[in-house]
Amino acid sequence: MKEIYLDNNATTRVDDAVFEEMRPYFCELYGNPSSMHYFGGQVQQKVDEARQRVATLIGAHPEEIIFTACGTESDNAAIRSALEVFPNKRHVITTRVEHPAVLTMCRGLSKHGYRVTELNVDGEGRLDLDELRNAIDENTAIVSIMYANNETGVIFPIEEVGRIVKEKGALFHTDAVQAVGKIPLNMAESTIDMLSISGHKLHAPKGIGVLYVRKGIPFRPFMVGGHQEKSRRAGTENTAAIIALGKACELAGKHLDEENTRVKAMRDRLERELLRLIPAARINGGKAERLPNTLSIAFEFVEGELILLYLSELGICASSGSACTSGSLEPSHVLRAMGVPFTCAHGSIRFTLSRYTTEEEVDTVIRELPRIIRRGREMSPFGRELLQQQ
Amino acid sequence: MWDYTDKVKDHFMNPRNVGDIADADAVGEVGSLACGDALKLFIKLDENKERIVDAKFQTFGCGSAIASSSALTEMIKGKTLDEALQITNQEIADFLGGLPEEKMHCSVMGQEALEVAIAKYRGGPVPTHDHGHEHEQEGEIVCKCFGLTDGFLKKVIGQNRLHTAEQVTHFTKAGGACGGCIPKIKELIAEVLGEQQKLEPKRPERLTNLRKMQLIQEVLENEVRPQLWADGGDLELIDIAGSNVQIAFRKACAGCASSSYTARFVEQKLRELVAEDISVEEVQG
Repeated sequence: MKEIYLDNNATTRVDDAVFEEMRPYFCELYGNPSSMHYFGGQVQQKVDEARQRVATLIGAHPEEIIFTACGTESDNAAIRSALEVFPNKRHVITTRVEHPAVLTMCRGLSKHGYRVTELNVDGEGRLDLDELRNAIDENTAIVSIMYANNETGVIFPIEEVGRIVKEKGALFHTDAVQAVGKIPLNMAESTIDMLSISGHKLHAPKGIGVLYVRKGIPFRPFMVGGHQEKSRRAGTENTAAIIALGKACELAGKHLDEENTRVKAMRDRLERELLRLIPAARINGGKAERLPNTLSIAFEFVEGELILLYLSELGICASSGSACTSGSLEPSHVLRAMGVPFTCAHGSIRFTLSRYTTEEEVDTVIRELPRIIRRGREMSPFGRELLQQQ
Repeated sequence: MWDYTDKVKDHFMNPRNVGDIADADAVGEVGSLACGDALKLFIKLDENKERIVDAKFQTFGCGSAIASSSALTEMIKGKTLDEALQITNQEIADFLGGLPEEKMHCSVMGQEALEVAIAKYRGGPVPTHDHGHEHEQEGEIVCKCFGLTDGFLKKVIGQNRLHTAEQVTHFTKAGGACGGCIPKIKELIAEVLGEQQKLEPKRPERLTNLRKMQLIQEVLENEVRPQLWADGGDLELIDIAGSNVQIAFRKACAGCASSSYTARFVEQKLRELVAEDISVEEVQG
């Protein structure tokens, strides 16, 4: 059974060209970039090239790129740094729909004397900027707001957020893990101070991330030790993964148009057909601006895990929200924050496409999912009532 | 991905007895849409109204909820009502070759639906909680999110010998949403464990010093530390001098504002299970 992989916001396949790029840096070119010999030096050159490639994708300068181990580390490092830079500012602002990498950390801060404001979203997953204007003050150290939501794909008006934040002198961090490689970003004309990237969301391997820190923004390292990354992130570089990420960013730049045309068209077709063929379904965040690859769709009177298990049986890989929330009893914190009706909060499925997705794969989902939903509803006491009404 | 057994997979891929029975003798409904799972169970009895000749179900829920419902209907066919009532949630899980602990609440839902159906048929009070439907409740609501009563929780804690609030959440969902009732769940666990221990009179009349020390260590290992672990805490036994037990708190318990309360809890446990004259002293070790 060939898998139909539609869970690209969870992780992506490593691009063949990316894998080829990193392959020599395990058994052949394994030198340490810090070493004072040619053998390490040639690796240093490739790391520099990778730094340039990452910078190019987001319109940044190479010296603004710090390599980390993952998106979570980047998020943690950014927030901790801001709190150290402003020891007397004891207020942090984030949103109720952030990834746990930010939300768990902020909630932990509230136990250590910090005031934490979690901004609400409306039924479509959108922010109310007036709520931010009312919440922010001179005591706010950092505002951390995601670029695009991992579950619904809803994009926040990041530059407007940044202007509000700058007026009050706070630092502005954005978790752009889901945005980078899917929509164009340009740090040269941005209000963002710090930005997190995760390699494995854009066809690089797992275990590599980036924290962008704007030139002139004070930064205090999270990991201390050696002088790597200009003493901003100690620890021997994960050279193969850094080189892979550089290649992945180069490819992401080339495929950015495709992401917003071909991939988006497939997502739109999947969305349209599922809504046409399946009664009592709704799109989460459907009226908001969204990532081109993400479809979060809620089905009434049927439970999400069951849908995933039936899809999985056919080789179709999707998600019922965030992987981090799938072991929980509660509907995802994102859907709850949006006030998704209780009749379908437990029945939300996320399909996330990539440049590897084919029209045939989308056809298969359009053919199989209506049957699966009907089957689940026939088993459900509430679903049977719905089917009888029709 | 959950580690489901082949039997669980078989029962959610090919569920037995889905549907309804138009002239059912007993119908039991538990759960609700908001809770994320619900089960409606139909039972048909033979002419003498003694044995279950048919059972059907409709379930809204995850794979293990479907599998548990399917298993339940298979298990009760051919049984008398009294025999069916003897089925525990653990037996439903065993029938399926086991369930992940986080999914044990699905087996509890099956047992519950059966009890509700039989109680309604017999016309007596509904013996368990019945969330989603405001019928008679036994006891007082503990978990407001899922509408679970103390009577129900105590029964599940006792039957499955649960020791931590997390286990209670896995088995019943209680405390799984806002978490506001977790302190109360811990009290219920302590209460039920206390009752179980009263039923097990194992304390010898006179203890030698050596036996007393062994017992103190056993109680700390088996009864006390697992409860502290549940909260991220721990303790270390530093010394035993006669009836004076010296302990030092570790991890989250160290420096915890309520460590004196915890020390009293340890003392109470040791007095209850080892000897009345034990005193517990917190030391820096």
